[in-house]
Amino acid sequence: MTIPEQNAPVHTAGAAEESRPSLSALLLDPSFWADWASVVGLVGLVIVFGISQPVFLSIANLQALLLAAAILVVLSIGQTFVVATAGIDLSLAAAVMLGAIILGLVDAAGYGIFLACVLAVAATSAVGFLNGALITAGRIPDFVVTLGTLSGVTGLGLILSGGEPIMVGSTFLLRLASGSFGPFGYPVWVAISAVLVAHIALYHTRFGVHLLATGGQVESASALGIRTNRVKIAAYTISGFCAGIAALLLVARIGSAEPQINTSLLLNSVAAVVLGGVSLFGGRASILGPAIGALMLTALVNGLTLLSVSAFYQPLAVGAIVVLAALIMRYQK
Amino acid sequence: MSAVNHSPSADAILACEGLSKHFGGIRAFTDVAFQARRGEVTAVIGDNGAGKSTLIRCLVGVHVPDAGDIFFDGRLHPFANPDEARKAGIETVHQNLALIDELTVAQNLFLNREIVRRIGPLALLDRKAMKQQARAMLSRLSINMPSVSQRVRRLSGGQRQAISICRAAGSGAKLVVMDEPTAALGVQETANVEALIRRLREQAVSVILVSHNFDQVRRLSDQIWVMRAGRMVATVRSSETTGNELVALVTGAA
Ligand SMILES: Nc1ncnc2c1ncn2[C@@H]1O[C@H](COP(=O)(O)OP(=O)(O)O)[C@@H](O)[C@H]1O
Ligand SMILES: [Mg+2]
Repeated sequence: MTIPEQNAPVHTAGAAEESRPSLSALLLDPSFWADWASVVGLVGLVIVFGISQPVFLSIANLQALLLAAAILVVLSIGQTFVVATAGIDLSLAAAVMLGAIILGLVDAAGYGIFLACVLAVAATSAVGFLNGALITAGRIPDFVVTLGTLSGVTGLGLILSGGEPIMVGSTFLLRLASGSFGPFGYPVWVAISAVLVAHIALYHTRFGVHLLATGGQVESASALGIRTNRVKIAAYTISGFCAGIAALLLVARIGSAEPQINTSLLLNSVAAVVLGGVSLFGGRASILGPAIGALMLTALVNGLTLLSVSAFYQPLAVGAIVVLAALIMRYQK
Repeated sequence: MSAVNHSPSADAILACEGLSKHFGGIRAFTDVAFQARRGEVTAVIGDNGAGKSTLIRCLVGVHVPDAGDIFFDGRLHPFANPDEARKAGIETVHQNLALIDELTVAQNLFLNREIVRRIGPLALLDRKAMKQQARAMLSRLSINMPSVSQRVRRLSGGQRQAISICRAAGSGAKLVVMDEPTAALGVQETANVEALIRRLREQAVSVILVSHNFDQVRRLSDQIWVMRAGRMVATVRSSETTGNELVALVTGAA
């Protein structure tokens, strides 16, 4: 049908999108800054830290920074899939701890490091699956369910480990943590692969479209025949799987499985997702955005440390940046 | 005016008997019998809140009815969910469940019908093909859309409605169900949708049309079903009724 004249403004808006908008128009558009908050933030931090502390830009420091960011990047990807469905996974850091403990226990029991890794990832994926199943079949709000599993999984980790750290002296993990290929350490390659696979899943598969549709308008998506509950369960399972990969990287990095939750990992995973321009209301997501958000948060901590700012100020800085990013997000179209 | 027919005849593409649905304490409709004949335009009319949209949603698998039987092509209890209904050849333009705002025009047109390319074990979206076909679908219905890559959030009510009608009509369905397809449209757009419904009928596609525009219904449909306060109260041939009779049936003044 022909669109009548009164819709002319819509025409021009659409036309402007197909032809490239001018650079100045782009820079004046608040939604541009909202979409690219993590990149702008990262570039800003690199400039500020690079000037005030030139060692920040040294190859060695950049490599250390990437290595330190790998775990958060992987977790942010998991969180992104969940947030894209308009949910949230608060049990992410607890799942990392459970995965680490299981890895440590299975390895200590002498079943070999590979089985230990597989079971660790299977366990965290199962936690994610349980989250998804409770949220969909149980019709319980996401933050209640994942708060519950946060506590339950923490308890399970404590019970299994007896509250004691477990040393993991595996040469495989040692090599994973310290080896490198080309310019990057193996953990960085793991993170890069995770970004690639997740990007393809989100943008180039039916699952990705269905995920965004489910997060956008769940009832419409389901009226069109999308199995929205399955999509949500899959998103939480992916989140759990990412927690498992993060657990491997973490145990490899510190050489032991600690029965402790790193709450800043959870908060930073949500922060990275927000910085990455992913809508907390669901339906809008990218993988590169949160990955760069995770990089930015790690760069912030790294730079502040180089500037000898007390570690006590780091959470404050992260908090300020996240709230600022959330404010900018309001301009997102 | 003839009595409500209680057994689905062989020429019915979609029919129901004794269908009831309530939401908690709210009764949407009770003991409804209905049928849409193959190749005809079947209209359902009734006041706001009469239960038309809920009936439609039950018929196409969105809601599970509390009681009663549904027949599609003579098959009892044909679909457990909307996916099965779409696969069986029913496309629906829902009243309020139409498009996903954050997806593009092309993504919406192909939602849950995506075209994929197989690369080894992977099935990757063929976005180029979907965009091309989306443009073709829109132009076949002379829908003017500046870009199929823009998000539908920015579109006008008329454009959005056009997309969801296009999705339903452009996919070769056996039965197209439209719940108040012209409610959000201007005069010209309404005329276009009516022309489209006529074209579907000429192509032997069955259509169920929910509307509360009595003139439109009489112009377009073969058979009219009337709902009032959750009950199917009458059915008439469009050629044998008048606007006044329809008003009387809908309001219960007859
Ligand atoms: N999802 C729902 N939850 C609760 N009540 C509903 C729901 N859908 C419809 N209803 C109720 O069912 C009745 C019929 O609504 P509807 O089928 O939308 O009527 P119509 O389309 O004829 O205007 C109304 O009273 C409405 O409030
Ligand atoms: Mg309605």
